[in-house]
Amino acid sequence: MNIQEMILTLQKHWSDHGCILMQAYDVEKGAGTMSPYTFLRAIGPEPWNVAYVEPSRRPADGRYGENPNRLYQHHQFQVIMKPSPDNIQEMYLDSLRALGIEPLDHDIRFVEDNWENPSLGCAGLGWEVWLDGMEITQFTYFQQVGGLECKPVSVEITYGIERLASYIQEKENVFDLEWTEGFTVRDIFYQPEFEHSKYTFETSDADMLFNLFAIYEKEAKRQMDEGLVHPAYDYVLKCSHVFNVLDAKGAISVTERTAYLGRMRSLARQIAKTFYEEREKLGFPMLKEKGEAEHE
Amino acid sequence: MNKRDMLLEVGLEEMPARFVTESMNQLGKKVEEFLQEQKVSFEGVKLYSTPRRLAVLVEGAAEAQEDIEEEAKGPAKKIALQEDGSWSKAAIGFTRGQGMTVDDIYFKEINGVEYVHVNKFIKGQPTVDLLPKLREIVIGLHFGKNMRWADNDLRYIRPIKWMVALFGSEVIPFQITNVSTGRTTKGHRFLGDSVTVEMPGDYEELLKNQFVIADPAERKKSIRQQLAQLETENKWVIPVDEDLLEEVTNLVEYPTALSGSFNSNFLELPEEVLITSMKEHQRYFPVKDKEGTLLPHFVTVRNGDSRSLDTVARGNEKVLRARLADADFFYKEDQSKEIDFFLNKLQAIVYHEKIGTLAEKVSRIRRLAAKLGELTGTAKEEKEKIDRAAEICKFDLVTQMVYEFPELQGIMGEKYARQKGEDADVARAVNEHYEPRHAGDKAPETFTGAIVSLADKLDTIVSCFAVDIIPTGSQDPYALRRQAAGIVLILEEKKWDVSLETVLQAAIDVVKADQVGEKETEALLEELVAFFKLRIKHSLQERDVRYDLIDAVLAEQIGSLPSLFAKAAVLMAHKEEAGFKEATEALSRVVNIAKKASAAGAVKEQLFENGEEKALYKEFVRVQKGLEAAETAEQQFALLASLKQPIEQYFDHTMVMAEEAAVRENRLNQMRELSVLILNFADFNKILVK
Repeated sequence: MNIQEMILTLQKHWSDHGCILMQAYDVEKGAGTMSPYTFLRAIGPEPWNVAYVEPSRRPADGRYGENPNRLYQHHQFQVIMKPSPDNIQEMYLDSLRALGIEPLDHDIRFVEDNWENPSLGCAGLGWEVWLDGMEITQFTYFQQVGGLECKPVSVEITYGIERLASYIQEKENVFDLEWTEGFTVRDIFYQPEFEHSKYTFETSDADMLFNLFAIYEKEAKRQMDEGLVHPAYDYVLKCSHVFNVLDAKGAISVTERTAYLGRMRSLARQIAKTFYEEREKLGFPMLKEKGEAEHE
Repeated sequence: MNKRDMLLEVGLEEMPARFVTESMNQLGKKVEEFLQEQKVSFEGVKLYSTPRRLAVLVEGAAEAQEDIEEEAKGPAKKIALQEDGSWSKAAIGFTRGQGMTVDDIYFKEINGVEYVHVNKFIKGQPTVDLLPKLREIVIGLHFGKNMRWADNDLRYIRPIKWMVALFGSEVIPFQITNVSTGRTTKGHRFLGDSVTVEMPGDYEELLKNQFVIADPAERKKSIRQQLAQLETENKWVIPVDEDLLEEVTNLVEYPTALSGSFNSNFLELPEEVLITSMKEHQRYFPVKDKEGTLLPHFVTVRNGDSRSLDTVARGNEKVLRARLADADFFYKEDQSKEIDFFLNKLQAIVYHEKIGTLAEKVSRIRRLAAKLGELTGTAKEEKEKIDRAAEICKFDLVTQMVYEFPELQGIMGEKYARQKGEDADVARAVNEHYEPRHAGDKAPETFTGAIVSLADKLDTIVSCFAVDIIPTGSQDPYALRRQAAGIVLILEEKKWDVSLETVLQAAIDVVKADQVGEKETEALLEELVAFFKLRIKHSLQERDVRYDLIDAVLAEQIGSLPSLFAKAAVLMAHKEEAGFKEATEALSRVVNIAKKASAAGAVKEQLFENGEEKALYKEFVRVQKGLEAAETAEQQFALLASLKQPIEQYFDHTMVMAEEAAVRENRLNQMRELSVLILNFADFNKILVK
């Protein structure tokens, strides 16, 4: 099964389970969790079921396209369901079956893994799912997002697409994976991998990036003062990406690192709080719609 | 009495392996306690657990509580009966309170007075009516980490999926979140089906048919046997790490062991790296040959049967291959760099915001180690070794290998240091300076390692105290208590006769020189001494030293630790001997009266008025000299004890608080000088003698 078929299969599977199929969010980010479709929508009482592919940038993992396992940018398939359904584990296992992974022929385990993202004030409990010893999925019950207690609790399922594909396609090198017939990951991503690595480690201008961070941060604050949650959050994501590039370059000392993370955390918390208040002002409309539908 | 078995099973999404056993025991204990409290007798309890369930089977539980029959005493007869012979309010109230009537009253004489009595009889309730309270037990279990799920408020280890609660064939009804109890349990996630439990006693067998071995001991045994079989088949030795075995047992419901291999080129990696990759990251058992050499194989335990074992093995091999390829890359990268490269990087690593960088810490360790070397007496050659070891003791923290495998700190440092041609003792010390790593671990063997270990630990504790990171209650994020215990162990084992106060002062000097924190030296020393006294007290308690003797040896300065422990041991050895009480009393009396001495002044022999004063002074001089020369605590104690008679005679014939001021002052001075000698050993006043 090539990657394109995998994505189509997962989309069909989760769509059948009632998820809205979203497209990747168009601001750089380090993980699918940071998409507003997860970070913001996990907040508050409104139900929310989505699935989307998220290209995730990890500048520090850039290896000029030379490492068989590490990528500057990889893909996550992200599922969020709120409230977490009772049979979520079964739904997930069925998705593996749909991908041709018959549990009886493998060793599938749910191994404790608690997730924390202090820079976004997030914490969750759950597992990493092992397929014959390989971690293929993060499975997390969100307990806190942006410093707010989650009620109801969302469950997040994050498949590492390339990881899973390398198992399904039995490939040792991520660049040998077939994306779709006639096209490998190398064909599509080798050049950007090389260039982004070179950019991150060699040609990027740290001073300019520090400036950008300050500008983005300022703009995020200014938009927060206007009560505009989404524009503000976009600028926090931009801060985060710029920070990741600087961090990968080794341009940020450990003390500064803590300070930068603190600055992003305080913004993220403020945005989370404001998002909740704005939804509350609107009367949590998605809660209402569902209620009305039930009355009809 | 009729009896039935009882079964309680809580079905969960996969629990963290580390909590399974403990949670099972807790459930069992709470159920037992509940039945005992409720006076429901039972014959036995069996506990079960897997990653997906906690269960308890109570065998032969009585169908009803025990009846209670007891005599209750009420008011005296003269209060119970009114003048007209009718029952008083007091009597009626008493019987009502006991659930009886006045018709049940009889009189019984106690110490010549007649009192109202009734024979109370409380019929035991049917057990089945009490059992819904098991709900509280299930909800009340404590776990290390709790979570919420869906819309629920309940915090629990993982979401509850099903519950079985049976008393005999009867379902015990209760509900938690949206889950109600019933008689249906679940088999293995992939191999088994749901199954109905008719009677509690069938539980274990029914689950076995559904590929769940519910008894953890049986699962563990099965894994052991399978490992042994692989050993025989392949002529391997598989050393069984008990912690790993326990964890693996709690990761599977139906264990099947299988082996895989990796390219033997990877055997060039340090053994610790290979073992950590296999054990810590993948939960594999490493495989050795009879000589103890690591082989390019591993054993993993699958949660399932023997179907498609090849696929499972190939998958696991692929994962390990990728991990080892990574490790190999890091190893080569690290080897291509010089130690100085890493030392430079330490400048960019903040140890603690208020304390400074790792490079600054290393600089303090160097200065302190040099000072400690002087205090414990080192040769010149050793001085150089200590300095180099202190200088490079943290370099491996910034190697790629330790970044990926933090548990290998020190171990990789030693390896790389050797490869870079460092002195063998220096390389060893880089590893040893972390020892003792945990309670029960050994102290560093080399002198160099012990000194650097002391310096590192002292600096950690003192710099943390300087910025007010002080352990309180269960809060000890920097494990300062463990570090203090390490310092005590090293000083004691190395028999270094240096006062702990001196050592602490040396560490404070270095920390103050670097301007860490703003506390005054004296205040800091005081806090540190109090902290260490508590650690030493614990250490003495562990050796079963009587508490008053602990107080006695810790009353004044801590001093040298080997001698402190020796003094405690000597007091323990002599405490029951004839004469111990009298000696203690005599020495205490001196200490007590010496407290009245004001300023220090010299004893003037010409002011002595009687022979006993002179005699005691002679004895004092003898003992003082003796103590200076004494080599053991035993000798010191004997010398002090020998003062008993002269002290007793002194007090029989001398009024310390004499009327004449000069005489009085002279006598107090003598008491004070004696007291200093005594307190230097122990505060005998604290010792309890009968």
